[in-house]
Amino acid sequence: MWSYSLKRAATTTVTLLAASVIIFAFIHIVPGDPIYVLLGDTATPDQIDALRHQLGLDQPIILQYLTWIGHVTEGNLGRSIFFQAPVLSVIADGAETSALLATMTMIWVTLIGVPIGMIAAVRHGTWLDQGLSGAAMLMASIPTFWVGLYLILIFAAWLGWFPSSGYPSIFEGGIVNLRYLVLPSLALAAPNAALILRLTRASMLDVSREDYVRTARAKGIRPWQVVSRHILRNALLAVVSAFGFTFAALLSEAVVTETVFALPGIGRLVVQSILRRDYPVIQGVILVIVVVYLLINLIVDLSYRLLDPRVELQ
Amino acid sequence: MSRDDAMFWLKPFIARPIALMGLGILLGTLLAAIFAPWLAPYDPFAIDPSIRLTPPNALHWFGTDQFGRDTLSRAIQSARMALLIGSGVVAFALGTGVPIGVLSALFPRLGHVLMRMVDVLMAFPSLLLALGLIVILGPSVVNAILAIGLGYMTTTTRIVYGLTLRLRTETYVEASRSMGAGTAWLVGKHILPNLVSPLLVQASFVFAFAQLGAASLDFLGLGAPPEIPSWGNMLAESHTFITRAPWLLFFPGMMIVATAFSLNLVGDALRDRLDPRFRQLFGEKG
Repeated sequence: MWSYSLKRAATTTVTLLAASVIIFAFIHIVPGDPIYVLLGDTATPDQIDALRHQLGLDQPIILQYLTWIGHVTEGNLGRSIFFQAPVLSVIADGAETSALLATMTMIWVTLIGVPIGMIAAVRHGTWLDQGLSGAAMLMASIPTFWVGLYLILIFAAWLGWFPSSGYPSIFEGGIVNLRYLVLPSLALAAPNAALILRLTRASMLDVSREDYVRTARAKGIRPWQVVSRHILRNALLAVVSAFGFTFAALLSEAVVTETVFALPGIGRLVVQSILRRDYPVIQGVILVIVVVYLLINLIVDLSYRLLDPRVELQ
Repeated sequence: MSRDDAMFWLKPFIARPIALMGLGILLGTLLAAIFAPWLAPYDPFAIDPSIRLTPPNALHWFGTDQFGRDTLSRAIQSARMALLIGSGVVAFALGTGVPIGVLSALFPRLGHVLMRMVDVLMAFPSLLLALGLIVILGPSVVNAILAIGLGYMTTTTRIVYGLTLRLRTETYVEASRSMGAGTAWLVGKHILPNLVSPLLVQASFVFAFAQLGAASLDFLGLGAPPEIPSWGNMLAESHTFITRAPWLLFFPGMMIVATAFSLNLVGDALRDRLDPRFRQLFGEKG
């Protein structure tokens, strides 16, 4: 177990380092000299040289990378051109919204995806299964922003049950502010719930073909007990590992949803920074999301081996 | 393709009416794209402020937008962009993923390096990767294809790599090799022909998700230029009118859903025809 964990952690570190090279390169490939972006068109050659030296852009590229990665490990992701503030604090401002949105979305995904997937698997081959599986495929084919717009129309504009946009912090307005995230999280949950539904179903069907399930049935154990004790527990292992992956993917999928609902999260920050050409922020967000993404995948991988000792043997 | 081959591929569709419906919708989209100028009842670009935001009626089945343009005509015209983006992304993903995957499986040392690079790219969530690339390349149709395609290149490479590794150890491939067949011959005669069916499945899923990816980019204003009609652009232009003209967003959105849903149905039906050993390489996300 330990040797595997170490090996897996080492692979993640190598992947992260390689990704960091790409992310570092990003700011050097984007069109336009960052100096001109910072100073504007009216800068004199002296000013340009001074700033270039100050930022270390006259250093060899390898040295620049090492300096940058050194700063990153200290939590210094550079300064936002638009906000004139450290990138990390700009990202931290959006973290609350994004984290809560992702968590709320995962709650919907679990409540919708797992039970319906179970029903489809238990009723495998019937019209109910075909209907539910078809509905899941339909949900996976709907653009989240389009669903979001109609949720706003129906539940915000017509019925007035939920606010249509924005999100004031729960630390300022209390827990009731979570109502701002109900519609966006539902929109974001639709395709992901479909994914978990299909996965739960497929995984339960896989497990139900195992020998021990047949043995349990042959022993005369009640069907619902076979499902709950023998099939479900093992089938959910695969689903749990997909949860981590889905949660991590939500951070970037939220880009469009946060834009539609004007939520002050990391996703909308990316889009706005792209339009403002605020490259340090884009770079910082990509870095943060990739780190979170890789870390969650690592944790899921390791916990999966704890939950299912059989994996060790393979 | 012989008659038996044709039956083999048609069978899952005949057995499943819903998959047949998917195939029908796709055919409809294809015809709409090809014959757009003849099918569209009005000029999709003609502006007429006197009839702006007209609800659906006998003259304008899908209503008109904020400039008085006929929504049905624009929706038909947009099928072209959907087809272009979809086939472009599929061509890019397969055109890069297949050679990289096959070579990686046949030459383990090269493969080790290439597959690690694919792993690194996979550390970037696909939409984030697409956005980063758009920042570097600038928004345009071709760049949208590249940006979306890159994300699917990695999954395609993984699938092709896994398939080729399995095919390489098949008895007939080893027999062929022991009789002196070269690598190029093996690839042409044994590997590629066996990849066709799984790649067809992969292509239909990639085509489907490319529609959703392109719609997102268009909606953010980072996809096709606004003057080109696409379902995503139609949604982006009109979304502020949703309370005044709810029908305006309904039809372009439904076109995206219908196309993506049909492709998923077709992909699903084709996947069921695959060799069971290959099927497990396809995750739920394609």
